[in-house]
This record gives sequence, C-alpha cells and structure tokens, in this order.
Amino acid sequence: MADDLNAVPFRGGGFRPERRRGVGWLVFVVLLGLWELLTATGVISNLTLPRLSDVAMTYVYLWESGLLFKHVIPSLQRFAVGSLMGLTAGVAVGFAIGLFSLARAGLVPLVAALFPIPKIALLPLFVIWFGIDEGSKYALIAFGVFTPTVVATYGGVDNVDRGLIRMGQSFGLSWMSIVRKIVLPGALPALLSGLRVSLAIAIILLVAAEMLGAQHGIGAYILEAGSLYDLERLFAGVIMLSALGVAVSWGIGQLERRLLAWRS
Amino acid sequence: MDLMLQSVGHSYNGQTVLEDISLDIPSGQIVCLIGPSGCGKSTLLRLIGGLEQPGAGRVLASAPPADSLNPLTYIFQDFALLPWRTVAGNVALVLEDHALSASERAAIVQDVLARTKLSEFAQALPKQLSGGMKQRVAIARALAVRPAALLLDEPLSALDSQTRELLLDDLVDLWTRQPFTGVYVTHNLYEATRLGARIVVLSRRPGRIRDIVDIDRPLAERAIGDPALEAIQKRLWGAMRDEALAADRELADGR
Repeated sequence: MADDLNAVPFRGGGFRPERRRGVGWLVFVVLLGLWELLTATGVISNLTLPRLSDVAMTYVYLWESGLLFKHVIPSLQRFAVGSLMGLTAGVAVGFAIGLFSLARAGLVPLVAALFPIPKIALLPLFVIWFGIDEGSKYALIAFGVFTPTVVATYGGVDNVDRGLIRMGQSFGLSWMSIVRKIVLPGALPALLSGLRVSLAIAIILLVAAEMLGAQHGIGAYILEAGSLYDLERLFAGVIMLSALGVAVSWGIGQLERRLLAWRS
Repeated sequence: MDLMLQSVGHSYNGQTVLEDISLDIPSGQIVCLIGPSGCGKSTLLRLIGGLEQPGAGRVLASAPPADSLNPLTYIFQDFALLPWRTVAGNVALVLEDHALSASERAAIVQDVLARTKLSEFAQALPKQLSGGMKQRVAIARALAVRPAALLLDEPLSALDSQTRELLLDDLVDLWTRQPFTGVYVTHNLYEATRLGARIVVLSRRPGRIRDIVDIDRPLAERAIGDPALEAIQKRLWGAMRDEALAADRELADGR
C-alpha cells in the first residue's frame, strides 16, 4: 500500500432538521432585549416605537382594571365558536367530497369558486344576514375556516393508502368500519396540518370582524388604540394576537404528537 | 374450499390482460401462479377473491365451512398493516365487524399470534418491526378469520432472501400442521417449487395458461438444493425465459 494515505473527508452532513431546544425562546428574548435597549437609550424615538417596558405597563393596567378579560374573553369565544362551526362543516364536506364521486363532481368547483373570495369583503353581507351581534362574527370566521378545511380534508382522504382500503374490503369490513378505522386515521395527518392554516386564518378574520363592529375584543382594542396613535396599547393588542397564534400552534403540535405518534 | 375458474378473461381500457383461464384449485392444496411481470397474475388473484369482476368467464367456489369468518383471505406483498394500530390491534381489526364477544376475540388474537410466534410483539407498532415480522403479522391476521382459502400475492417479494427462506419454512409448517387451500402468486421459481402442489405458468400479456406442472413430493420433504426441484425450476425457466425477455422489453402502456 502507498503511504500517502489521507482520511476520507466527510461530506454527508446536513439536510436533516434536528430538534434544538430553547432556540425559539432565545430569538424572542434577544429581539425583545434589543427593542428595550434601543428604545430606552433613545436610539429609536418613542414616537416611532414605544418602549417595551411601557407596553408591559399597559398590561399591568389592563390586568388591574379588568379590561384584559373584557377584551380577551369575547375574542376567545368568537374564535372558538366560529372555528368550531367552520371546522365541523369543512370536515363533513371534505369527507363527502373524498368519499362520494357525486359530491366531488358537484362541490369541488364550488369550493374553488369560494376559496379566493376575501372573506372580509363579505362582512357587510353577513351583518345583514346574521345581525351586527355575534352572529355575523361567527359566520365570518366559520366561512373563512370552512374552505381551507374542506380542501385539506379531501386531500387527506385522497391520500389514504388505497392498499389499506383494499385490505379492509378483502376482509369484509363494512363501509362504515373502513371509513372510521382506515380512512379517518389515514387522513388525520393532512387534517391536522390543514388545521394550522385554518386557525391562522380564523385569527386574522377574528380581528377583522372585531374592527368592523364590536365594543370589546382584541380587534376593537387595537382599532381604538390605532385611531388614537396610542402605540403602547397598539403593541399590547398585537402581542395578544401573537400569543394566541403561538398558543394555537403549540396546541396543534401537542395534538400531532399525541395522535400521530405512530408515524416514524 | 374448492375453487374453479371457467374461461376467465379480463381487460383494462380495451387491453386484454387475461384470456381464457380455466383452472381447478382443489381443497387443501397450494396452487402457484408464475409468469413474467405484467402477465396479469396479480389481476387473476384479485378476480379469484372478488376484489375485481372478471370481464369474461366465471369464478366459482364451493360452500365454505360454517366457522369461516372470511372464506377468501388475502396476504399482500406490501403487508397492508395499519401503521396506527399495534400488532394485536391489526389482527383484532378484522374481527371487530363479526359478532364475537370480547373474550372470544382476545382468545383468537392470542392464538394466532402464538401460532406465528408473535406473542411478545403484541403491543409493538408496525414501524418497529422488520419486513419479515410485518408479513408474519399479516399472516396472523389472515389466520384469525379462519380462511377457507388463502390468496397470497407475492407475499415474500418485498423481503430479503434470508427472511424469505425463514418465512417459506413458516408457511410450510403452517400448511403441514393444517393443510389449507392456497393460491400463491409469485415470479420466483424457487418459491413456487417449494410450496406448489401444482404450478401454473402464465404467458406474457395477454396472460394465458402455458404450462401446468404437478409436484408430488410432500412440502415438508422439499428443501434448498433438492435436485428434483431444481430440475423442475430449470424446466419452468425454459418455458418462461423468452416470455420474460419479451416482457422486459415491453413498454408499460403496451404501445
């Protein structure tokens, strides 16, 4: 053997997401720290960006005056009721499209026609149909959640391994058993990733609905602060929305870990 | 259960894949179907088990024994296990639609897992199992419904050769303890000569019966390197070689 042997260089690394604990938090902390530092020292004028500690003081005020719950509770309720209505209808229609050719032929073009409509544009219509109260807000959120849920659901049903369905039929399983025990769990991964999109849309529409006719709610609070150019309160409201978004995403992550543990 | 095919034919989109197949599958015997890829042997198996309707001819079956829960039962090449169910859950799946008490069901699951040496894996998920173990689970599931005939669609083709050998032994053991009616589709001549009482050679598309070879030697006495079996394999290969070569050069859509 020749004696000019070198180690073979390693070139197979990367392209594999790994779990890094705490990095997400670190990014938050660094950004917030930078924000406080730059506004406190005056590098960024308080007219441009409020001090983080002032925003925090706004929260203290909101908490002590009880206004926090006055705004957050109605918002959470609208979010929950509207999303639940939209998800229920969306999953039902999505399954119908996935399972029945007739429903597919009839409803897919309709869903395609509804999908690109900016749902906010329909709010005045919903106010006329369902009233200025909670009804129109529920309807707007439900409608916004409905279309992406339908698309995610029937996509998920379409992607269920046909071999498993064939297996179910070959063992004489009833139609209902095949749907419940094979199609539903098989479509679940797609359903849950669709849920992420649907609920993000629900938060956006929640704020839109509350800006156009609500006394209380996070959207109303932000709109009021914005029209007074009260940046501390504006940021306080925006942070509530971010927190809601993070909480929803975390919740779906937990659901995925629990329900989809069978995936490798 | 006796099965009988009467001049069965089938076509997809105007292209004939099977033509005039007449065949007797007597009770308690394994009939192997071999042929080049694309000869319609898997289609024929789906026709036998009622997963597809023949375009021509008839598939007939004698009355199954009364205790059979699913007379015609498949074992698939890709195992077809539900990834979200445990081994025991996958077996239980096919019993849940039958009127059985919970204790009867549990007893059947326990029994078939013991027969396929899977008892200690009852709570494992499919993703934790090797290919050979997955196919054993599928065999256990098939046994759970007390089939009158097993329809095996290239059951060992997704496995490496050592695992294949082990599973062949398992299948031979199962058959020796209690002879079952079987239709075994494969492209592997060795598997066919190990398991088949009768080997049916199909021609390439459109699939017709080209040759039928009966092997009298009992399954338990057949082994690797048996010169008599090798002679049969050689004869079968002689019949198939040109067909396989032509099939290999065919375009998938047949144009």
